[in-house]
Amino acid sequence: MKNRTPVTRWFDRVFVVCCSVLAISGLAQMPIFKRYYIADIPGLGWLADFYFTHKTHYIFAAFLLALLAQVLVLWFFRWRTDLKLSGGGMLRVGLLAGIVFTGILRMIKNQPGMSFSPGMTMIVDWAHLGLVLLLGVTAVILAMVKRRAYATWKK
Amino acid sequence: MKNKNVSRRTFLKALGLGGAGVLLPGTVQAARQGEELATLLDLSRCIGCGECVYACRESNEYKFPRPEKPFPPMFPKRVKVADWSERRDVDDRLTPYNWLFIQSAEVEHGGNVHEVNIPRRCMHCQNPPCANLCPWGACSREANGIVRINDDVCLGGSKCKNVCPWDIPQRQTGVGLYRKLLPRFAGNGVMYKCDRCFQRVAEGVVPACIEVCPENVQTIGPRAAVVKKAHALAESMNGYVYGEHENGGTNTLYVSPVPFEKLDAAIQKGPGRPGLQPVPNMMEDEENLAMASVLAPVAGVAAGVLGIGAKLIRENEDEE
Ligand code: SF4
Ligand code: SF4
Ligand code: SF4
Repeated sequence: MKNRTPVTRWFDRVFVVCCSVLAISGLAQMPIFKRYYIADIPGLGWLADFYFTHKTHYIFAAFLLALLAQVLVLWFFRWRTDLKLSGGGMLRVGLLAGIVFTGILRMIKNQPGMSFSPGMTMIVDWAHLGLVLLLGVTAVILAMVKRRAYATWKK
Repeated sequence: MKNKNVSRRTFLKALGLGGAGVLLPGTVQAARQGEELATLLDLSRCIGCGECVYACRESNEYKFPRPEKPFPPMFPKRVKVADWSERRDVDDRLTPYNWLFIQSAEVEHGGNVHEVNIPRRCMHCQNPPCANLCPWGACSREANGIVRINDDVCLGGSKCKNVCPWDIPQRQTGVGLYRKLLPRFAGNGVMYKCDRCFQRVAEGVVPACIEVCPENVQTIGPRAAVVKKAHALAESMNGYVYGEHENGGTNTLYVSPVPFEKLDAAIQKGPGRPGLQPVPNMMEDEENLAMASVLAPVAGVAAGVLGIGAKLIRENEDEE
């Protein structure tokens, strides 16, 4: 019971698909899939198409933002009375917030007429990538110790 | 970004007599405020002497790569080294040691044969894909319109070159940060291109290629003024403008007495030799999608407020 937040399967799946697509299209921003032959696997050539994966990342980022906004509202107006965040949940919510924040900054920077200083650009990019790696590691560890749940029922 | 050191005097300091022509009114003010500056290249004046090419080298030599050899062996084997360090004097294409070169074309137009010389370098796009898609934060666009690759940070993955509509940035293996990280497995050097002499512009001096030109081919100034001048110039010679709208707008405007399609067909193209083809705004979809992601959370909040998905919680703990 402790291993999963008491959300429906449907919700769980949408969230996992969204995060997976974001992780893959995000990693594809680094020129590694071609170098390591992954984009040579039939059907995976798109992994080396930087524009395609970039747009995909934007689209799923929009999905994720919609999903997170909905969850925030539901949390504060409904769920909060019945559920409480687990420690692992809190940690991942913090990391996610950082990822979303740096992602938004990056999107703003990519709009016409916006300029960040070279130092700021670097900080935003490194933070985005670093937080994602941390979130990945955290998620794997929590799954291994069977503490996947973001939240559990209050007693 | 503001630079108090920039005065009309410093901007002019390096210019010879008559050099004031290359500086549009408002440039000093714009540079001081970190406003977007653009350059204009009057192709009807360029005689292809190559002075700008050599001035660029001389002025930027201290930035050129000093690769350490032997290069770290690459994994996997398909990763090729790009080594220009033994061919530093190549000047008929872009290389890590040659950020500017002259393309020449002989084209017939309006019953006349025109010989046109075209100084080529980075266009300094207004919304540059090289900077927007750099995953490592090494390439960025500055408020004054300069697009620059930070050679301390670049890993040389060459993505900027792949996404650049003109394939401008050029790689040198064996230099840069990747050597300190995982030299065999990630990165492959540093990418180099014209940085519009950022260090000179920061001090209020015009870029080296502009300063040296005996024919005053180039002009630098606030973008709006440069665009205006480009149109007036094109009108005066019944000519054409390239760079104003290409890739959504650049800060390098070419004015030519012959259509750019004809130049594009006549110039020698290939690696390090960009074309003059029409280029759509490569970032347009992202610009629109960014708007979508502003609306997305609003939709999410609305869905939450309306209670849509409130049932996303399993009421019954045992449900699987
Ligand atoms: S120095 Fe001037 S005239 Fe000579 S090639 Fe360069 S732009 Fe043309
Ligand atoms: S011309 Fe290419 S390298 Fe230069 S700013 Fe535009 S996209 Fe970047
Ligand atoms: S602006 Fe500076 S770096 Fe760029 S081509 Fe001219 S001299 Fe070279």
